[in-house]
Amino acid sequence: MNIEAILAIYRFEMARFFRTVWQSMASPVLSTVLYFVVFGTAIGNRIQEVEGVPYGAFIVPGLIMLTVLQQAISNASFGIYFPKFIGTVYELLSAPISVIEIVIGYVGAAATKSIIIALVILVTSFFFVGVHIAHPFWMIGFLVLTAVSFSLFGFIIGIWAKSFEQLQIIPLMVITPLVFLGGAFYSASMLPPFWEGVARLNPVLYLISGFRWSFFGMADVPVGVSLFAVALFLAIGIGAVWAIFRTGWRLRA
Amino acid sequence: MAPIISITSLTKSYTDGPTALDNVSLDIEAGEIIALLGPNGAGKTTLISAVCGLITPTSGTVTVCGHDIRRDYRAARALIGLVPQEVSIEPFETVWRTTRLTRGLFGKRRDDAHIETVLRALSLWDKRDTRCNELSGGMKRRVLIAKALSHEPRILFLDEPTAGVDVSLRRDMWALVRKLRDDGVTIILTTHYIEEAEEMADRIGVIDKGKLLLVEDKTVLMKRLGGKRLTVDLSEQLPAIPASLAKYDLKLGDDGMTLAYDYDTRAGRTGITRLLADLAAAGITLTDLDTQNSSLEDVFLQLVGENA
Repeated sequence: MNIEAILAIYRFEMARFFRTVWQSMASPVLSTVLYFVVFGTAIGNRIQEVEGVPYGAFIVPGLIMLTVLQQAISNASFGIYFPKFIGTVYELLSAPISVIEIVIGYVGAAATKSIIIALVILVTSFFFVGVHIAHPFWMIGFLVLTAVSFSLFGFIIGIWAKSFEQLQIIPLMVITPLVFLGGAFYSASMLPPFWEGVARLNPVLYLISGFRWSFFGMADVPVGVSLFAVALFLAIGIGAVWAIFRTGWRLRA
Repeated sequence: MAPIISITSLTKSYTDGPTALDNVSLDIEAGEIIALLGPNGAGKTTLISAVCGLITPTSGTVTVCGHDIRRDYRAARALIGLVPQEVSIEPFETVWRTTRLTRGLFGKRRDDAHIETVLRALSLWDKRDTRCNELSGGMKRRVLIAKALSHEPRILFLDEPTAGVDVSLRRDMWALVRKLRDDGVTIILTTHYIEEAEEMADRIGVIDKGKLLLVEDKTVLMKRLGGKRLTVDLSEQLPAIPASLAKYDLKLGDDGMTLAYDYDTRAGRTGITRLLADLAAAGITLTDLDTQNSSLEDVFLQLVGENA
């Protein structure tokens, strides 16, 4: 195992993050504040409570999940796409490192960034609503597993993408709708039975539900199911990355 | 001594394209500078890319210090520094950080003193905190070299190091390459400048259309190149070269109307005077004479032409 190489990639990627830390932070924090103002304050005044939780607090886990998914995917996909785009990928290919080490470096950095941003948003939310975290250990667990899984997906997108447009299309066209329809701002049980059934086909629902359980001890689906879903995402991500690199797909001619 | 790099029957073909490398075999000795000479698109970069792991060869094997580049890629690649032809460099990073990254990627422990030495040797030390996109083209090329040297490679590949580089930087690069060779680094450089190969290399390989046409010691090649040919036109057809002229190793033209004599301009005696006297003594009359230089360029064009 080339530990030095993993650390080199990780540090290099994190340095990029900290160099542009205000840009990295400003946009997710600003959009979170907007969500609080619009959903928490304006709409929240009319909804009051969802299953015993004040609406403003209820949306906090969903907002964090929304950000984590977006940040994990965009950071990881950009991290590996950019060297491909500017040609510096030659260095990774000629270095004595395995694919696993490349993935650990890039995915580790992308996951770390998205977790940092998630925690900043959590702290921001304290300024708006009283949030009590019932199961902090599980909260961190869900956060880390989700961040890693979706960083893996982002990494795959970055390998697959041949243009900046392709880089952005999956987060925009797939992730954002899934999160919005996955109960970020409502409980699936508030939907009519038919649509509740449809919502349960959305894999992201299980992530948000489990994450919300770690905050409030209540969930759309049993927490065990959520845990299973997160593990499944992780397994799919690892399996896909493994398959890609066994074939050298789109990296080495 | 065993070669430091041994390339055997290396072939790279693309399903929808031409054969980029066609059964190339080449042994590179430790400590030498070898220049691969060839026109654009000849396969020089493909050869380097295959050895360095950027592309997967279709067939053939390469070993670096006995390590197979596919089975034992870690040991093989750790020994190699690569300076690519394209100036590909992370634009927003500083010279210092990007150089340190390379060292890390190659599994070497952080060593700021070594990186300082490399940057100073390349006159980059004052620019260490400058972002790469603020550097001139020549400086960027130096950064690529610094990155390649950051992990103390025993073998350095320089792919067209002086393409589009001004004269003074070219001289600097040549001096640097010589210094590296003195330090025991084996250097493989590609170029399409013949003078560069002449200036730098111990051995020269000529490559065209994916084939390695010739690998020769530069001194041997230069001997061929330092040579001149005297061609004399005869007034009458000569059926065979008379015995009295055998020592000159003359070549009789196909039509029997010309004689060719190869000589070395750098030799003390070219033998021309005596040859002309002996021709007269043999009763051979001349209508004209002509001398021609051969240059690396001629050899090169001839080889490439034959391969067409």
